[in-house]
Amino acid sequence: MPASKAQAMVADLLVIDAGPTDDASALWRLALWTLRHYSPVVAVDGVDGLVMDTDGADHLHGGEELLLSGLVNRMRSHGLTARAAIADTWGAAHALARLRAAETTIVPGGDVTKAVIDLPIVALRLAAETIQGLRVLGIDTVGQLAAMPRAPLALRFGPEPARRLDQMFGRVAEPIEPIRTPDLVEVSKNFAEPIGAPETIARYVHRLVEQLAARLAQEGLGALRCDLIIHRVDNTRQHLRAGLAKPVRDPARLSKLLCDRIESIAPGFGIEKLAVVAILTEPLAERQVASSLIEEAVADITPLVDILGNRGHRLFRVAPVASDVPERSVRRISAAAPDIGQAWAAKWPRPSRLLANPERIEVIALLPDQPPAVFTWRGKRRKVMRADGPERIFGEWWLRPREFQAVRDYFVVEDELGERYWVYRAGDGVDPETGSHLWFLHGVFG
Amino acid sequence: MVGNALWGGLTRRHARNKKGTYQLEEPLETREGSAISVVSKPALNPVLAELRARIGQLEGGAARTQSVLPFAVPEMDRALPGGGLAFGALHEIAGGGGGTVDGAAAALFVAGIAARTRGKVLWCMTRPDLFFPAISQAGLHPDRVVWCESDKEEEVLSAMEAGLSFGGLSAVVGELVRLPMNASRRLQLAAEKSGSMGIVLRRWRRQSEASDYGQPTASATRWRISTLPSERLPVAGVGRARWLAELMRVKAGECAEFEIGAPDAKGRVCLLPVSGGRPDQAAHLRRLAG
Repeated sequence: MPASKAQAMVADLLVIDAGPTDDASALWRLALWTLRHYSPVVAVDGVDGLVMDTDGADHLHGGEELLLSGLVNRMRSHGLTARAAIADTWGAAHALARLRAAETTIVPGGDVTKAVIDLPIVALRLAAETIQGLRVLGIDTVGQLAAMPRAPLALRFGPEPARRLDQMFGRVAEPIEPIRTPDLVEVSKNFAEPIGAPETIARYVHRLVEQLAARLAQEGLGALRCDLIIHRVDNTRQHLRAGLAKPVRDPARLSKLLCDRIESIAPGFGIEKLAVVAILTEPLAERQVASSLIEEAVADITPLVDILGNRGHRLFRVAPVASDVPERSVRRISAAAPDIGQAWAAKWPRPSRLLANPERIEVIALLPDQPPAVFTWRGKRRKVMRADGPERIFGEWWLRPREFQAVRDYFVVEDELGERYWVYRAGDGVDPETGSHLWFLHGVFG
Repeated sequence: MVGNALWGGLTRRHARNKKGTYQLEEPLETREGSAISVVSKPALNPVLAELRARIGQLEGGAARTQSVLPFAVPEMDRALPGGGLAFGALHEIAGGGGGTVDGAAAALFVAGIAARTRGKVLWCMTRPDLFFPAISQAGLHPDRVVWCESDKEEEVLSAMEAGLSFGGLSAVVGELVRLPMNASRRLQLAAEKSGSMGIVLRRWRRQSEASDYGQPTASATRWRISTLPSERLPVAGVGRARWLAELMRVKAGECAEFEIGAPDAKGRVCLLPVSGGRPDQAAHLRRLAG
């Protein structure tokens, strides 16, 4: 649509000149950022997209789904609208990210055909005249094109449509050439004869990491993310990424993290080149450790946090939150965070197990403020022998307007067998505005 | 001796599960008095002590300094070889009754033990339903614990092994359903090497699955913590939680059971006089009388 026509349709239309060079440089900067934070293999895809290989790096973000949604959310917080897709091949991910309405799409391994069969042929990264020509022939979807005999297609449109189809279905390899900047600290080793045994890989990884540590020491840096890139003889590439909680340049720790997952390397016909890159670095100054004569040294557990974190465990510490509502009184912080120094202020007994969702119980109790006499939980009727309460907790109306009148009355109850539970009544027992007056079991005491 | 202790514990438990009564295999004289007295052996008899030292040398453990974490309750410490829970060893703790599923009392007992150690604690689990304020009330400060959540049981085992062999931790806790012999042996070896205390908190999906707790493992002690009616207060209300702590198995020692009060704000338990109202105890006393 010409600009004049658009201006005629909308009053006070703001017109800004397109800046392709600015766009390209912004995209490049975005690619560098994704390289540091998400995956070791990132490249610019066309004029409006990025492509990255998430294999071997998604564990640092808690899996593919969390990686993708986290990426989209972080882009949104910077004012960018992004759509993302993960699929087995570059072609399929390219098509799904651009043509699916959903913000994030994940195609499980092996299901590419099913996911792309109904997409229009625009998805195939073909020249505009080729698409026009195919449309004239009545071909609209990828599935229809894939069903056509190849020879007449190649005669009329050249080899391009067949190549793009093969790339989309993964029959032809389409390696991603990762972007690199001159300031990356990278060391690599070419082998005269391809290697494959895990011990050999471990030995060379160790040597490379020593070289990398020496380079990092020269520049006064410590690695926060470290990549091992494996070039195989059949021109395919595999990579492992290790994340660290604090900057490190100790070769033993770095090589342990990389060698820990050596069993996930598939050497295939052999490995011809290994490279180790410190992709995200931070300044790390030498620090003098005072020998302690008086006080016991507290062991630093960051190496353990790194080892377990790279194996896919979720490590965290907890910190108190100033909230009376039990499920909101805890927040998770990073396992390597500095000490908080404070614990929960509540002096009332708290149950050691808290149910994620409070469970409904059938109760016989006197209103408005007596503890239950009998309650039935999970089909078992329990007689209350002793009880404490109520401990009244009000809704946080200053944060959530809907909780303006909400009240919960908590009781500690003990049955004949001595099992102690934390139950509450929604509402204050008088005013129906404050809650439904239903009873729930929220936790189990030891 | 070890085998005897284990089987003694097992027969007693099974017998109670079936009929609700005890069939004691040990002499009844040892169970008199208000608190359960335990036949104390080692330090008193020099011959036994020397034999013990020689066996220790043969086992290759003589070079290690065996340190223990006492409960500071003489009756409990006397039942444990060395006078407390051994560092560099694996301990198993489970709940009884409803606690087999929720493990609430067992978790607090573990938190009390971990609170009395010095240093950081790694706590591995698959079901993140612990309420951390309660753990902190048992004396374990939130800054001292690193929580590790995994998707599978095997991953909990591998995280525990990594934590135990790391060496800088005072205790490593893992919440597990199954603990096969091989896995427990690996954990025990890792703990022996580093001197950290390994604690396996067993909790099952269903109460009926808890019979698995009779299977032998390489752990040094095995406990079962069941809830009892709480301490009586002069007014209406719930007093200090009271537990039945059964030492079901202990290497180089004999089984015992104690009635204890739940850990206070510093993680210390206390011994309470045996309550008369316990159903098992009542049946037992009746049998003694008749």
